[in-house]
Amino acid sequence: MADHHRVYGPETDPAGDSGYPADHPARKGFFTDTSICIGCKACEVACKQWNGLPDDGFDLLGMSYDNTGALGASTWRHVAFIEQPAPPPAPVELGMPGMGPPGAETGAEGREQFRWLMSSDVCKHCTHAGCLDVCPTGALFRTEFGTVVVQPDICNGCGYCVSGCPYGVIQRREDDGRAWKCTLCYDRLKDGQEPACAHACPTESIQFGDLDELRERAAARVEQLHEQGVAEARLYGADPDDGVGGNGAFFLLLDEPEVYGFPPDPVVPTRDLPRMWKFAGLAAAALGVVAAAVFGGQG
Amino acid sequence: MTRPGTGDGDRDPAHRAQAREQGDYRPSTAGAGDLVDRRGPGGGPLGPLVRDDGSREQPMVPRAEFRSYYGRQILKTPAWEDKIAYYFFAGGLSGGAALLAAGADLTGRPALRRGGRIGGLAALAAGAYFLVADLGRPDRFHHMLRVAKPTSPMSMGTWLLTAYGPAIGLAAASELVPKQWQGSVPGRLVRVLGRPAGLAAAALAPGVASYGAVLLSQTAVPAWHSGHEELPFIFTASSAASAGGLGMIVAPVSEAAPARRLATYGAVVELAASRRLETRLGLVSEAYETGAAGQYLRRASTLTAAGVLGSVLLGRRSRIAAAASGLALLAGGVFERLGLLHAGIQSTQDPKYVVEPQRRRIAEHGPTRAR
Repeated sequence: MADHHRVYGPETDPAGDSGYPADHPARKGFFTDTSICIGCKACEVACKQWNGLPDDGFDLLGMSYDNTGALGASTWRHVAFIEQPAPPPAPVELGMPGMGPPGAETGAEGREQFRWLMSSDVCKHCTHAGCLDVCPTGALFRTEFGTVVVQPDICNGCGYCVSGCPYGVIQRREDDGRAWKCTLCYDRLKDGQEPACAHACPTESIQFGDLDELRERAAARVEQLHEQGVAEARLYGADPDDGVGGNGAFFLLLDEPEVYGFPPDPVVPTRDLPRMWKFAGLAAAALGVVAAAVFGGQG
Repeated sequence: MTRPGTGDGDRDPAHRAQAREQGDYRPSTAGAGDLVDRRGPGGGPLGPLVRDDGSREQPMVPRAEFRSYYGRQILKTPAWEDKIAYYFFAGGLSGGAALLAAGADLTGRPALRRGGRIGGLAALAAGAYFLVADLGRPDRFHHMLRVAKPTSPMSMGTWLLTAYGPAIGLAAASELVPKQWQGSVPGRLVRVLGRPAGLAAAALAPGVASYGAVLLSQTAVPAWHSGHEELPFIFTASSAASAGGLGMIVAPVSEAAPARRLATYGAVVELAASRRLETRLGLVSEAYETGAAGQYLRRASTLTAAGVLGSVLLGRRSRIAAAASGLALLAGGVFERLGLLHAGIQSTQDPKYVVEPQRRRIAEHGPTRAR
């Protein structure tokens, strides 16, 4: 890449642009296909176990089968569970009313007018990562796999990354003072193994691999679902031209992103950094001029 | 879905306490009687908008519809506590005081110079304490010095302070050399270096006073990010008002005219920029007007306006009135920073501040495209 350390815009090789030699491994990521997620939470458990994460307490959130709630310092996979009215099915010729129990004539599919959406959320490992850009200690860094990882021995808990993330992923652990998030199992990757969550997923809803290949696979899967009549299937975070340069971990969703707790149009805050410094420069210059001018008058 | 325990920050004891106080913690900044989004994630069919008191009255202006995951917040609540607001106040005060001291030095106002330099150092020391204390790992504060990172305003600010600290420190030290040492070589050296150090501090001071605004804006926090045009002017103007207030306290009225003028400029710009913040940002402006943030900001405006009025009307005549006005300006500066901090916090705690502006953006311009 001619233009190093881009903060916004197309970026095909984040690891290379971070200084890794050209023979660094291909960029790794997750494709989470929520259309085949069964909400079993094996990913949450595997992640906790492999990474030795503390428990979050046993809160019952009282909203759905999701009692985890959100990603956080000690929750690096979070399975969202949504019950909602199902999209209206395609019109079907019902024929004459029959004598059987309700729904018997229409088949099992037609009986219920709601559906369940399940989706395993994770750190997006953005191409342009807000957390990484703002970290003042270098604790957050880009790995050779193109992922974004916190070094716990460096982090001083300044909390900037927490507000830098447009997805609300990274969080400071209260009793420990440092920021934590998914590492895409950096230790396992270095050993040639797949991350614990993908390894545990029984339906291959969580797919791990080279990002380029995952994007192709995801595009084919969306096409397949559209052919099968699932018109609402769409990818989230797969587009390298989006506001964060595409996610290393992206999703196939069956509804709008905000229904799953994702921001609908995330943008890395760094995009506006030059503009923000420009306004700060104007304000600073004005202060300097005024401070000089106030000594010009009488008295 | 709006029962206690659904807020993201609920695992944080402070938020739990807050939730208990409020009885029914909602991830919404809406006050009693306001509309609260109680629809399920599927949207409309699971229920209409319901008022807190259970009535289903329609609002005069229908609130834009938005969908969310059980009303839960999308962004994380900032990790920063009130200490960071105190830091911004103290850092801004220090920068403004350094400017005032340099001007006083060059125009022969010894009391204003002395008060500005010593006040500038004291404010910086207090600010440094708050800054380090707000870290999750205060013992690792020096890890900030491992890197210099242009994309991180906090890193830039660290280096700015690293240069500014010794300058204001030396300028203040030149005021504090005890009489019996003033004849000694080190004593004379420090006194000679007072002016260059003070001027160096003044050169860096506008940066010290303004970088915090970029630090806040360089986040995904809706109130801070979308307020990036106003925040630097509020930061610098507030620091001017505070430093003017300090000058009116430390210097006799005969020397304090520049301090009064600086305070007037600062107060007027601060009030105007705050007003713009509360009107320009559409839905996000709500975060600045409601809840704790709204209370702090209203208190800041009142105190700042009172301080500047007192300074303009009585500041020339009475030292006591000038000092009281100065105190009002300083207190206004503290509340201003608390208000800005809490506006940001509030804007992360209700998903509407994330979803609605982004949805509007998509509707008007399509999804964000990098090229």
